[in-house]
Amino acid sequence: MTIAAELPERGSYFAPGWRLRDWLLTTDHKRIAWLYLSSLLTFFFIGGAAATLIRLELFTPAGDFMTDDTYNRMFTLHGVVMVWFFLIPSIPATLGNFLLPLMLGAKDLAFPRLNLASWYVFMLGAAIALWAMLAGGLDTGWTFYTPLSTMFTTDNTSIAAVGVFIIGFSTIMTGINFIVTTHKLRAPGQTWFRLPIFVWTLYATSLVMVLATPVLAATLLLIVADRVFGIGIFDPAQGGDPLLFQHLFWFYSHPAVYIMILPGMGVVSEILPCFSRRPLFGYKFVAYSSMGIALLGFMVWGHHMFVSGQSTYAGVVFSFLSFCIAVPSAIKVFNWTLTMRKGSVTFETSMIYSLGFLGLFVFGGLAGLFLAALAEDVHLTDTYFVIAHFHYIMVGGMVTAFLAGIHFWWPKMTGRMYSERWGRIAAVTSFLGFNLTFFPQFILGFNGMPRRYHTYPDEFQAWNVLSSAGAVVLALGYVMPLFYLGYSLFKGPKAPDNPWGATGLEWQTSSPPPKDNFAEPPVVTEGPYKYELPEIDRPVDHK
Amino acid sequence: MDSIALHPIEASTLAPQVDLLFYALLAFSFGLGIFLTVLVLGYAIKYRRGSKADRSGERSRNTILEVSWTTATALMALGIFLWGAELFLQRDHPPPDSLHISGIGKQWMWIFEHENGRREIDELHVPLGQPVVVSLSSEDVIHSMFVPAFRMKMDAVPGRQTQLWFQATRAGTYDLFCAEYCGTQHSEMRGHVVVMEPQDFAKWLASGPTVESLVQQGQALFRGLGCSGCHGPSATVHAPKLEGVYGHPVGLATSQTVNADDGYIRDSILQPKKQVVGGFDPIMPSYQGLITEDDLGKLVAYIKSLGNSGGTP
Repeated sequence: MTIAAELPERGSYFAPGWRLRDWLLTTDHKRIAWLYLSSLLTFFFIGGAAATLIRLELFTPAGDFMTDDTYNRMFTLHGVVMVWFFLIPSIPATLGNFLLPLMLGAKDLAFPRLNLASWYVFMLGAAIALWAMLAGGLDTGWTFYTPLSTMFTTDNTSIAAVGVFIIGFSTIMTGINFIVTTHKLRAPGQTWFRLPIFVWTLYATSLVMVLATPVLAATLLLIVADRVFGIGIFDPAQGGDPLLFQHLFWFYSHPAVYIMILPGMGVVSEILPCFSRRPLFGYKFVAYSSMGIALLGFMVWGHHMFVSGQSTYAGVVFSFLSFCIAVPSAIKVFNWTLTMRKGSVTFETSMIYSLGFLGLFVFGGLAGLFLAALAEDVHLTDTYFVIAHFHYIMVGGMVTAFLAGIHFWWPKMTGRMYSERWGRIAAVTSFLGFNLTFFPQFILGFNGMPRRYHTYPDEFQAWNVLSSAGAVVLALGYVMPLFYLGYSLFKGPKAPDNPWGATGLEWQTSSPPPKDNFAEPPVVTEGPYKYELPEIDRPVDHK
Repeated sequence: MDSIALHPIEASTLAPQVDLLFYALLAFSFGLGIFLTVLVLGYAIKYRRGSKADRSGERSRNTILEVSWTTATALMALGIFLWGAELFLQRDHPPPDSLHISGIGKQWMWIFEHENGRREIDELHVPLGQPVVVSLSSEDVIHSMFVPAFRMKMDAVPGRQTQLWFQATRAGTYDLFCAEYCGTQHSEMRGHVVVMEPQDFAKWLASGPTVESLVQQGQALFRGLGCSGCHGPSATVHAPKLEGVYGHPVGLATSQTVNADDGYIRDSILQPKKQVVGGFDPIMPSYQGLITEDDLGKLVAYIKSLGNSGGTP
């Protein structure tokens, strides 16, 4: 492979210009990644602000800070914004957008204009939903359960549902773009089993996006039709069925959980080998397990409904399938762990985030076993145990992996280095803050505190106070990168093309890459993780 | 803050069984979680750059290892699945000598009705040691009856009947929550379950405001709503008689057979054309929207009583 750094100086993708239209009308996947990144960060902090207000209210058992309606709107805002405006697009639309063509040795995604269109559609949907929630308020919870959402709430429900419906098209556009790109634009020699795991997970994620999102779209339209035309599909008085909604909703929303976590798994699969100087352990098993998770993810939706009135035997089947999906997740964890064995481990910021991901994902995943076990779920479902479980996966897992990836590829994206010292402090702070916030919620849930409670009995206060205190530390951990990464954008030292000595194709071009990514099309001759131990750690017989 | 919640009280026959599973899972999770954490940190420290650790003989794949940990994980998962499922299946099978209570959720309160017609709101009195079946329905949105001390929860869904059962093992007053988000005052939809010694319970039940029993109220509704015009003993309209129906198989016009349980009676009142009895014309009007959940429960109770007596009481 040629080393791009030796080529003569080329302009970076920033060179074409900084006017507004150079950004808003660009079709360069790298610039579109920035459009997404800046929008998603805005939404992340809006959702985070709502979470902060929720934790503030829960500091005491009484409802002394907001009214019950305000509280209900706040957790709905938090859920809708975090799920649809942040977690679903988070890694795919930012890092995936930036890196997929680079990792494949391509000039751009297969459909650059579709890529830009997806951002506009996303912003349109987000603006509509956000307006509905801020202007009038939406208090259905992000789950839109019927008949509460169809017959017992304000008119903004329809508007918000239309907003989320529109966002779905953006997701589908991204999914199709990634699938076609992965199939058609791989560099010569880039066979499927020479693809980085990040590409595998993006591919698996895209399949889920394309197959599951239409079901969400149909479901949301049915809600609007029920509200506006009174077709009564979810109304028992007209022969409809409220449980039908739950089946449809979770048929999308459980696979969506894997949309949210698979790309995170891909990110740490890139980082752990790099800072262990070892190939990823069990590459093929990790690749296949991603596909296994994507496939099985479609068959477990009923585990959200064990006490809903769904038939007992359906519950048994869904519980069994849910335990099946634990297997590929466990395979990944074991392989990540063994990747470090006999390596040469260093602790750069993104490695610390990745190790944090590993710990939080393991404990979050194990908590899932409690919820998949039928009789245990009867007690724990709809309590804070569930909240803690999915925040361990979504925040402890996905947000941590997102930050790991941002730090890992930051030099490539910006051409600048950041302060490793502040990076490490932020990584450790968010890890501690996260555990302090969410571990107490496991205990609250086991003791029976239901979720979505504005007020609660006194005996739950101690754990809630601890959780709220943890949220302060967590918020600090999330705000810190804004400062040192922001500083690095302007004042950071220039980044070399391959600061981490990593092996992916994206590291063979300059930092930041030129508009067309590579000076000459790369040719791939070997697998993705050809790491070697540095001189000082090589076993004697190899020296 | 008067106390810190650490472990919820166990007050039903199910609670210790669920907790055994919980603590077994907890031990397993912490065991595996800590093992992996130690392994990750151990490798990170042992193989940090520049350490003296032996790095010879490294490999990056090991099919035997992959197959063995996959198999081990699958077997563990299967074991936990079976344990959880086995306990869960008890849900469908309340003991035959159970006490029946009907529970209705509405925004934002719980209404309970005992067989003798005694009603209570946001409180449920039950006897110690006797199995209790609560038949749940909802007047508006989905609610969920949750008693942490019993480790028991079930959704109350509009348009259908669900049930949960428990057998209390400890006298006392326990939290009752609505666990399914149901709108503005969801977190205020709380109450208590009061478990009493059987003789105290009997006294409590008898001492209530003297109202007619559910069956008597149902009988009055049966006349008031016009049911007796067709289904009564002296009716001339060609409609099925209801004596001896409850709890027995009914032959349908589609030549299928259905067991006349609570759900069937309910459906026949609300959606009479759904399952028509063989030999009859589908002429009954639907009572959907004309009858409250509360009254529906009373009617079902009355028709149930006809099933046992074999004649008009």
